[in-house]
Amino acid sequence: MASSNPYKTYLNIWLLLMFLTFITVYVAQFDFGTLNVPIALLVASIKAGVVALYFMHLKYEDSMTWIFATYPLFLLFLLIAFSATDIFTRVAN
Amino acid sequence: MSHSHSFDKHYLEDGKGFKSWFFTHDHKRLGVMYLWAIGIFFVLAAIASFLIRFEHLSPGQTIVSAQTYNVLFTLHGAVMVFLFIVPGVAASFGNFLIPLMIGARDVIFPKLNLYSFWIYCAGSLILLLSLAAPVDTGWTFYTPYSIDTGTNVILVTFGVFVLGFSSILTGINFIVSMHKLRAPGLTWDRLPLFCWAAYATSLLQVLATPVVGITLLLLIGERYFGLGFFDPAKGGDPVLFQHFFWFYSHPAVYIMILPAMGIISEVIPVFSRKPIFGYKAIAYSSLAIALISFLVWGHHMFTSGQSKLINIIFSVITFAVAVPTAIKVFNWLWTMYKGSVELSTAMLYSLAFIFLFTIGGLTGLFLGALAADIHLHDTYFVVAHMHYVMIGGTVFGLFSAIHFWYPKMWGKMFDEFKAKIAFTLIFIGFNVVFFPQFILGTQGMPRRYFNYAPEFESLHQLSTYGTWILGVGFILMLYTLFKPVGVADSNPYRSVSLEWSMPSPPPTLNFEEIPTVTTSTYDYGTKVEQEA
Repeated sequence: MASSNPYKTYLNIWLLLMFLTFITVYVAQFDFGTLNVPIALLVASIKAGVVALYFMHLKYEDSMTWIFATYPLFLLFLLIAFSATDIFTRVAN
Repeated sequence: MSHSHSFDKHYLEDGKGFKSWFFTHDHKRLGVMYLWAIGIFFVLAAIASFLIRFEHLSPGQTIVSAQTYNVLFTLHGAVMVFLFIVPGVAASFGNFLIPLMIGARDVIFPKLNLYSFWIYCAGSLILLLSLAAPVDTGWTFYTPYSIDTGTNVILVTFGVFVLGFSSILTGINFIVSMHKLRAPGLTWDRLPLFCWAAYATSLLQVLATPVVGITLLLLIGERYFGLGFFDPAKGGDPVLFQHFFWFYSHPAVYIMILPAMGIISEVIPVFSRKPIFGYKAIAYSSLAIALISFLVWGHHMFTSGQSKLINIIFSVITFAVAVPTAIKVFNWLWTMYKGSVELSTAMLYSLAFIFLFTIGGLTGLFLGALAADIHLHDTYFVVAHMHYVMIGGTVFGLFSAIHFWYPKMWGKMFDEFKAKIAFTLIFIGFNVVFFPQFILGTQGMPRRYFNYAPEFESLHQLSTYGTWILGVGFILMLYTLFKPVGVADSNPYRSVSLEWSMPSPPPTLNFEEIPTVTTSTYDYGTKVEQEA
């Protein structure tokens, strides 16, 4: 592992996660209209990314592991993109 | 386990009794147990299909009520798909063969492998428990009916959810094994094509299965808690279920067929005594299929009311997925060209695979064409197409494997003559069952209907008679396999693949010394083979 003191890194990451959780809870009292869901998803994605990078050690892995870890994100994009294309281009009878 | 013990005894002898099997870490024993399990479920689901066909001997009620009929086709579909054909070849022969073919003593995570099998058993049990109030939705669980029906949808879908974990864990095990455990010298371009196919299959299992798991959880959530994912009255979208369901279930078609294609790539060179033609093309086409298969799911939904634009996009990509499939077929044919072809039972099943799978594949293109699909959607044409691919393809591939690796698996030989008679009956019976269904479909006979118009009677009867021929063929095949006629030597078919380099059946830990690979897996008719 690259870091000389992994426990310190883990602690910092944990603090970051707690801070992001606080943000999620804090912003929940404001109404941003259509941005409500994107904001919640953005914060959640940052948290998931940090967990994958540090707690799941992705940051220290080789390119093959990166391909396996990120390809499903591409598939998720396809699932959403194709389904959304259907839903937004449908013509009601 | 002492060192010498694991090499003196073969894997079938090494430990007796239920516990030695149910707690084994040995990939070969797990492969054999999967083979037994899928065999039992195949018989169960086949019995349901015989009853379905019997019901269609005449219009109206023949032997079962309309509700029982709905239950029978759901049971047939759900058991065949989730308990038999998805684990199917990959879990049984994948487990048995991959470590042998890559020169390893086991898969990389043997305990995880056993755990996958237990999960498979648990999922199967949960699914079968639903028979207390059997489901009548069809194996696709389409909303809104699956939300409204009073039958046991939650139990079945939860069973499928659990089975998914078995599939994912097996996939991970195979992928990592092939990355980490290949013998020295066994480079990716020397890897047997069955392994390439199993690798592509594993990718699909790992990447696609979570989506169906989540989809079925959403369905359970909607059914149990009244959440509104798919109900338009609550802001949901019923077509969304179909999107999510087929996002898994179309790649799943390739989970079912790819390992069988791998088998054909192994059997044909051995019985043609020629190196496989277009090794790289076959290997990479497996990966191409795995990648493109994620982009075609909407062709199941052309008449669902999805948008015209997305219909066109899915239709075009569907035609693209036919290309890597056709590449394989042409390469198999070219492998046989000017070869010294021996029509053994395994080879006959492989040849039948090419013939029947080509019919199944080409009729798939009819269904992928938008205008034709409007006419053919949800008719018997689809039923026939799908069975030509799944039986004509996967099941014939599985039968080819069962006969080809029979000497390796059991250390015995079967009666080739009887096996060939069984093959002939199965081949004829299969075509008599399903070819008339193409015609029925083009004439407008809808699938899953209990009743039918009188003008369809003769073709329905012909199709039902075919199941009787097919049934006799299956029984004769089983009789042949359960009545071995002699002891097999280590390599009766003179294969040059690694799994034949050890005694039959293999010792528990496979290789006393991990081999070093210096040549291709398909060196037939070359200097290397003649010197061997």
